[in-house]
Amino acid sequence: MSALCLEVAGITKRFGGLLANDAISFAAHDGEIVSIIGPNGAGKSTLFSCITGFYPPNAGTVRFRGQDITRLGADRICKLGIARTFQIVQIITDMTVLENVMTGAFLRHARNGAARARAEEVLRFTGLIDKQHMAATALTIADKKRLEVSMALATGPTLLMLDEAMAGLTPVELKDMIVLIRQVRNSGVTLVIVEHVMEAVMELSDRVIVINSGRKIVEGPPAEVVRNPEVIQAYLGERYHAGR
Amino acid sequence: MRTFTSRQVSVSAVVLVLLLFFPLVARGSFPMHVMIMLFMFAMMGVAWNIMGGYAGMFSFGQVAFFGIGAYTSSYLLVTHHISPWIGIFVGGILAALTAAAIGIPCSNLRGHYFAIASIAFGEIVRIQFNNWKLIGAAEGLTLPMLPESFANFMFHSSKAPYYYIILGFLLAALIVCYLVATSKMGFYFRAIKESHEVAKVLGINFVHYRLMAIMISAFLTAMAGTFYAQYILYLDPESVLILPISVQIVLVAMLGGAGSVIGPVIGAAILIPVSEITRVMLGHKGTGIDMMVYGTLIMLISVYQPQGVWGLLSSIGRRAR
Repeated sequence: MSALCLEVAGITKRFGGLLANDAISFAAHDGEIVSIIGPNGAGKSTLFSCITGFYPPNAGTVRFRGQDITRLGADRICKLGIARTFQIVQIITDMTVLENVMTGAFLRHARNGAARARAEEVLRFTGLIDKQHMAATALTIADKKRLEVSMALATGPTLLMLDEAMAGLTPVELKDMIVLIRQVRNSGVTLVIVEHVMEAVMELSDRVIVINSGRKIVEGPPAEVVRNPEVIQAYLGERYHAGR
Repeated sequence: MRTFTSRQVSVSAVVLVLLLFFPLVARGSFPMHVMIMLFMFAMMGVAWNIMGGYAGMFSFGQVAFFGIGAYTSSYLLVTHHISPWIGIFVGGILAALTAAAIGIPCSNLRGHYFAIASIAFGEIVRIQFNNWKLIGAAEGLTLPMLPESFANFMFHSSKAPYYYIILGFLLAALIVCYLVATSKMGFYFRAIKESHEVAKVLGINFVHYRLMAIMISAFLTAMAGTFYAQYILYLDPESVLILPISVQIVLVAMLGGAGSVIGPVIGAAILIPVSEITRVMLGHKGTGIDMMVYGTLIMLISVYQPQGVWGLLSSIGRRAR
């Protein structure tokens, strides 16, 4: 098996009386696509925020390529090579598409021209190059999500974490996004994704981690996980199982 | 991307040439005074714009930096006979350091909360200076009369040298703002203005970049303060440290168009003549009618053109093209 990219051990996050993450552990190896699934409120986004430095966890450690990053700030973690997107799209509303991606590219390219060249390269890769001069707010939901992925890629990550990048997409847009995520992985980036769209999870994932009420309940290859009775009861429902 | 169109370049060149010739044709000292105030507030509007328009930190405490600049160079001149040309940089640096000292504890404050803190900061500096014996407390400082020369930063026979100096300062501030706006720093400021989350996720240390914005802004504003002290030759806390100056700076930038390099200059070009002329024509009656005229104008612009006058001009420009 290839080298460990991300290693999460015993992450616990409490909000007052609510235990959002209860000693969650998992790992992602270089070049893998790992999906995290589970019902709404299971603690998936909280886990993302604990890993990427947006929340300090109450207990547990996060290691990235061997380095302990548990107490680092989000910007430091990004510099080390972990990029993420949000469930609710986070873009810079008074900028054009190109300017948004350039802002990400400046992390590794200090000069304007180099950042621009890098941003254009990313936009060609993600298929937004023809819309580079549009205002970011004028994009459709699908393109905004694509833009957010472009901004994340422009920071030059080795690990990309996507929080519901497929939510609200039409079937055609969904197919395009799946293709894009495959391309990202083929370019050498490891992916950890939180996703509700099971079609995408089944197609993309090397491994699936199921979280319920803040705890990890199952981990395994996608085909195995969807047959697990605990997963069916907690998340998928009998009907999904019957449909398989 | 902010590159200039050929029309923008030619309009700017014509305006600049007209401004260079203005002192030769101006009659009496009042038009010169209005233009000098216009340039000074435009410069401070440009400085405000770097932190307010680009980085989203709405400061209503800029007068503190103005006052620190004015007092530093004046104190050095009065007590140590140090040239204001040195004092202006010492004042700028002191203002920038003060800005950093106040900026660090405020680094998580956004929107209204930052604005409130900045008002408090300005008032604290005013009260402090009002009671600080070393710098004359409430009596203020009177600058010594020196022979007029560029080296002394003092001119008695004509306002023209002041006019050219502050015009030069304004151009320097515009160049700084342009360089900031088109560089990595400017992009990062705009990301921070959007939200701290989006900044952090793009790897931006927002505390660091916010401090950069405040310090650049403070330095430029302090330079205007030294200029004002050399121009008026007298300063006390009630003339250089009062809240209305901070408000005027914000208005100049907001009404001209925050977040564009040239916006504050347009704002100053509209507001400062109106404010000076209404004050001279109507202010002496003691009825406050000058402030009413001025206030009405501000209300009209904010209601009908919230993007600022520059927003209006550039949308007309886009239609014309």
